[in-house]
Amino acid sequence: MDKRALGPGVVEFTVAAPLIARKARAGQFVVVRAHERGERIPLTLADWDSERGTITLVVQEVGKSTRELGEEFAVGDAIRDVAGPLGTPSEIMAYGTVVCVGGGVGIAPIYPIARALHDAGNEVIAIAGARTKELLFWLDRLGQVSDQLIVTTDDGSFGRRGLVTEPLREILASRKVDHVWAIGPAIMMKFCTQVCRELGVPITVSLNSIMIDGTGMCGGCRVEVEGQARFACVDGPEFPGDLVNWDLLLARLGTFKDEERCALERYLAAKEVAR
Amino acid sequence: MIRPTQVPMREQDPKARIHNFDEVPLGYTPDEALEEAARCLQCKNAPCVKGCPVNVDIPKFIREIREGDFRGAIATIKETNNLPAICGRVCPQETQCQAPCTLGRRFEPVAIGRLERFVADWEYANGVGVPRVGDPTGFRVAVIGSGPAGLTCAADLRRLGHAVTVFEALHEPGGVLMYGIPEFRLPKRIVGAEIEGLHRMGVEIQVNVVVGRTLTIDELLADGYAAAFVGTGAGLPKFLGVAGENLIGIYSANEFLTRVNLMRAYLFPEYDTPVKIGRTVAVVGGGNVAMDAARTALRLGAERVMILYRRTEAEMPARAEEVHHAKEEGIEFHTLVNPVRFLGENGRVVGVECIRMELGEPDESGRRRPVPVAGSNFVLPVDTAVIAIGNDPHPLIPRTTPGLQVAREGTIVADEDGCTSREDVFAGGDIVTGAATVISAMGAGKRAAHAIHRYLATGRSGRKPGPPIAVA
Ligand SMILES: Cc1cc2nc3c(=O)[nH]c(=O)nc-3n(C[C@H](O)[C@H](O)[C@H](O)COP(=O)(O)OP(=O)(O)OC[C@H]3O[C@@H](n4cnc5c(N)ncnc54)[C@H](O)[C@@H]3O)c2cc1C
Ligand SMILES: Cc1cc2nc3c(=O)[nH]c(=O)nc-3n(C[C@H](O)[C@H](O)[C@H](O)COP(=O)(O)OP(=O)(O)OC[C@H]3O[C@@H](n4cnc5c(N)ncnc54)[C@H](O)[C@@H]3O)c2cc1C
Ligand code: FES
Repeated sequence: MDKRALGPGVVEFTVAAPLIARKARAGQFVVVRAHERGERIPLTLADWDSERGTITLVVQEVGKSTRELGEEFAVGDAIRDVAGPLGTPSEIMAYGTVVCVGGGVGIAPIYPIARALHDAGNEVIAIAGARTKELLFWLDRLGQVSDQLIVTTDDGSFGRRGLVTEPLREILASRKVDHVWAIGPAIMMKFCTQVCRELGVPITVSLNSIMIDGTGMCGGCRVEVEGQARFACVDGPEFPGDLVNWDLLLARLGTFKDEERCALERYLAAKEVAR
Repeated sequence: MIRPTQVPMREQDPKARIHNFDEVPLGYTPDEALEEAARCLQCKNAPCVKGCPVNVDIPKFIREIREGDFRGAIATIKETNNLPAICGRVCPQETQCQAPCTLGRRFEPVAIGRLERFVADWEYANGVGVPRVGDPTGFRVAVIGSGPAGLTCAADLRRLGHAVTVFEALHEPGGVLMYGIPEFRLPKRIVGAEIEGLHRMGVEIQVNVVVGRTLTIDELLADGYAAAFVGTGAGLPKFLGVAGENLIGIYSANEFLTRVNLMRAYLFPEYDTPVKIGRTVAVVGGGNVAMDAARTALRLGAERVMILYRRTEAEMPARAEEVHHAKEEGIEFHTLVNPVRFLGENGRVVGVECIRMELGEPDESGRRRPVPVAGSNFVLPVDTAVIAIGNDPHPLIPRTTPGLQVAREGTIVADEDGCTSREDVFAGGDIVTGAATVISAMGAGKRAAHAIHRYLATGRSGRKPGPPIAVA
């Protein structure tokens, strides 16, 4: 396993997983369990190399499991379990012009999709956004697979100041766009969907509901799409944004808030003692 | 004089056990086993054997117990049942071997399941021999799924001398035995010991391989496996399809039990996976899965746990012992009720609206069909609900295996030996029958192992022609 910091609290891992690397397609993910007592967490395939037999994951440290991955795992360590590739791959075809929006750590999963769309002959306009300059990464890579790259930061420390939805709105209003792809925090995808709805452009989003197995066996990841319960891990994770019940998704993401806080505090306290 | 009642098995006191996940029945001592074995009439026609889905020679193993030959008794069982420690604990004996017991006409039937468990546990305590493995045949067989069907098929193929690799999607082998049935009913060390036994026989187990995604069956066959057995179970949870079912606090039984059993959420925060249990829990369903979910909820600290079942207790498919244990532990049984919607506040469930049911005409299963009583709606306040109304087969393998015939219900079409529409692919267990039992899955794995052996020797699976099948 290889590891590289991309910014504060954002880490890139390259993991040996030959079977997964051989099968990986844009839009798919893996489920990772870091150690014997760990939970199973889904992480999107940000890149892969079928010849070297490796996959690349980009992790944002938000809670105990992701911080542990970022802080406790060093080059050469093994992640206990990696299963995949899971989920239905992105529907890549010649749309014409596609805008790909990556927000925060969502820049990583949008990259292979932009690449696949680019390879399929689409004109790709990429928008990458983050809170601040230090949290941006892979702009060079994204630039290589897009015809135009727009960068935003909330605080204006790099690129345009503001949210990704602003350039998205401008582009959709000023020229013909056939499809939009957006990956990032649920709230960002919800607002991108609103913009697309107003301007009449279809949008695909990648839903990050809470998962366990990632194989369709528990239903914990269920989301509501067009009024129907769907399992994000097998029927998705990508769905047409305008059919998603966003409020339900946002509410369900908070299911274990108290337990997550407890786990993180306990982890940090243990680290403090160790120090 | 024959003792009219079964020798009781010591159990943890209900008041104590609802606070722990330790096993509830504690097993027989040798003396208790001898006393119970003495009740057997040793009938010549052995109706019990016909009641057993894998035809264990029950009078013989009971006779061996009487003679104090516990080693012989376990060997007798293992001739046809690879997993006696598990079956002794989870089989519905009252509808299988114990139902036709001659003694049962006048008294309580012989406690065959308890005796089976006794000798299996005795063997664990006194050392399990590694079964002899046949001379290498040079064939490699892929077994997909590591539930009772897959584990049994793998063991028997290995005994016949084939090299076997088991592919399991989850990070631990065992299937429902590991992620579904709780620790207090089937301690995981027992499942672990069976898997350890497979390792010692030289069976390779690869976890984290989702066949259909990581690899396909055809890739395995192209990669040197001469045949494949599919034992992927029925793991797709059903939901009621009523309003409010996606509110926070509503789990499928699979999610709830997987969090607790496979991920050890009952040990949170020692283990990282959380589970949230409220004060008042409704469990919808009347099978083993519902009993397991209800009793698990109690052990996680719920104050009031209700089973909501749309028929009457007589129709409940759960094992009698589980219903009995659940009642002892204080689980409330609300029968002839069916949820019509869940009520929420701020995205969380706060109640379930139910309608009363009455029994009408028998349906295709022979059970009387429950019909709603108009205007009888009422609301039960709950803060957690678990939906335990059954599982469907998972579509991944059928969808990614060309030429594999699938029935409308999503099950793989196979004959009793596990032969499918493809010569080189065999299947058994819940993926063929729909959600059933451990023993039937085990039996199917065993028969398929022999069919595969035949196929490897002759190049023909010998599939029995069946009636024409409607393909989905
Ligand atoms: C299909 C999919 C792909 C994802 N890809 C990436 C990725 O490439 N990079 C990345 O950094 N993150 C990704 N995530 C999110 C990542 O899985 C969560 O951030 C992680 O599980 C949080 O665990 P934690 O213990 O660190 O945080 P916690 O403190 O446990 O949780 C923080 C928040 O993360 C969410 N979360 C918690 N547990 C899970 C879970 N088991 N599954 C999903 N979400 C959970 C909840 O909303 C929670 O409020 C993806 C999620 C999904 C569903
Ligand atoms: C909570 C619960 C309680 C139960 N209680 C009882 C009881 O008391 N008595 C009884 O007799 N029966 C009981 N049952 C039913 C019994 O457990 C099942 O009938 C039995 O386990 C079926 O065995 P199987 O081998 O067919 O499948 P399973 O046990 O379901 O195992 C299938 C395995 O295949 C794996 N798999 C699935 N898809 C793939 C794939 N694509 N690639 C790789 N691996 C895959 C799964 O992860 C799983 O490990 C219970 C079931 C549940 C859920
Ligand atoms: S994560 Fe369990 S069904 Fe999707």
